[in-house]
Amino acid sequence: MAHWIAACQADDIDPEDVIPFEYDGSDYAIYRSPDDVYYATDGHCTHEKTLLCDGLVMDGIIECPKHNGRFNYTSGKALGAPVLVDIRTYPVKVVNDTIYFEVS
Amino acid sequence: MPAPAMVIVGAGECGTRAAFTLREEGWDGRIIVVGAELAPPYERPPLSKTWEFKPLCDDGMLWEADITLLCGVEATGLDVAAHALELADGRRLEYRSLLLATGARARRLPVGGTRVHVLRTCDDAAALRARLAPSTRVGVIGGGFIGLELASSAVALGCAVTVVELGPRLMGRVVPARIAATVARRHVAAGIDVRCGTGVTGLARVDSGVAIALAGGERIEADVVVAGVGAVPEISLAASAGIETGDGIVVDSRFATSAQDVFAAGDCCCYPHPLYDGRQLRLESWRAAQEHGTAAARAMLGAAEPYAGVPWFWSDQHDLSLQVAGLADAAAGEVVRVRPDGVEIWFGLDANGRLVAAAGVGPGNAVARDIRLAEMLIARRAAPDPMMLADPAVALKSLSARQWPRSAIHAPL
Repeated sequence: MAHWIAACQADDIDPEDVIPFEYDGSDYAIYRSPDDVYYATDGHCTHEKTLLCDGLVMDGIIECPKHNGRFNYTSGKALGAPVLVDIRTYPVKVVNDTIYFEVS
Repeated sequence: MPAPAMVIVGAGECGTRAAFTLREEGWDGRIIVVGAELAPPYERPPLSKTWEFKPLCDDGMLWEADITLLCGVEATGLDVAAHALELADGRRLEYRSLLLATGARARRLPVGGTRVHVLRTCDDAAALRARLAPSTRVGVIGGGFIGLELASSAVALGCAVTVVELGPRLMGRVVPARIAATVARRHVAAGIDVRCGTGVTGLARVDSGVAIALAGGERIEADVVVAGVGAVPEISLAASAGIETGDGIVVDSRFATSAQDVFAAGDCCCYPHPLYDGRQLRLESWRAAQEHGTAAARAMLGAAEPYAGVPWFWSDQHDLSLQVAGLADAAAGEVVRVRPDGVEIWFGLDANGRLVAAAGVGPGNAVARDIRLAEMLIARRAAPDPMMLADPAVALKSLSARQWPRSAIHAPL
């Protein structure tokens, strides 16, 4: 069953940055774009099990800190070797400055 | 008679990456990769860290890209005039273009024996791992990346480890002193006996193992000795064919050797780096091997673009991960940023204030982002204000050139 999870407050993430979020034993990454739009993806790179939250966020892209694989964090699209598999994204909503994302 | 193929000697990171790039970039003829090791292509970095054998590709990927892989075959001769490569099994491969990605081999100590190991190949790793058990006494000769990663891995198995380094400090070749000191403290805290400025004068087989004679007259005993004393580029095939060599096979900035249609890339080559005044570099680096392979493959297909990737190194030791971008020895001055989490990021500036290197060490991937941003500044020849570099309140991103490196391994963004 799909449900919304409160991940953080809007100010917990700097503009154009990412924070980690753990829920029910799974890791997620929550993003804030430069124009304050929020996104959520799986927490791990699809190449190896590296946490993405230590990677660099720039120009709509998150880069894995270990092997430099890159994803478009708004669409989840993998942008080339070494990452070949897209990353899963989740719907996000902001209610009273709280960031929620929807898992199923 | 089939049309001449693209032939690659060496099935490591560089050669394998080159083979796949040739196909990705549209070469529709044959691609043949010749590897001296029996094992199919695999990643070397995990061997000293986790002992893991990690393949670079599987049969399906090779099949799909229609790459012919010949494993366990030595290339024994090269006739550059005839454009032909001779293999130990008697085969002769005619090439359109040839890439030498022959890598390097572990430098060995002048003494040997079954208890004196090196680590370069998966076979080396398996042989060494089989010798290690709780309380095994391990003597590591050489305090560089390989020696220290092995020291860390051996301690994790419960071994008693001594590291002997001839130089005045650990990792003197590529890591700045301040960052190396942080790593050294971690090794000592893990119970490793770290001895810098200490030469080894001899090894002797004794009943209980190996006696390591130190320059000061002391003798330490070990059950197993590992030499992590650097690597020697594999240049003999090139040299025997009359190709120019020095500390590596000499190539230009698009990996062309002195012989027509012969290229060399990865650990075996030395190349001029445009970011460092054309200085000849020979790197032993996982990322460089990948990027060289990609760039050399493009050059084999006629691309004229020079390679200017920023040198980058990483090492995992204990719970720490170390990263270095650029060349620390090109720095004339240094600036250190101490972050609120206690992690230090070191910046090296040349005499003109240009950022030429950055390094950091911290738990997990704590330094990855800062080093990546520093790498962008290095690539753009930026000369950031040292005060801003030192101030942890100033976001490095605000100083950076804000341009993703055109990392050769990535598809265009």
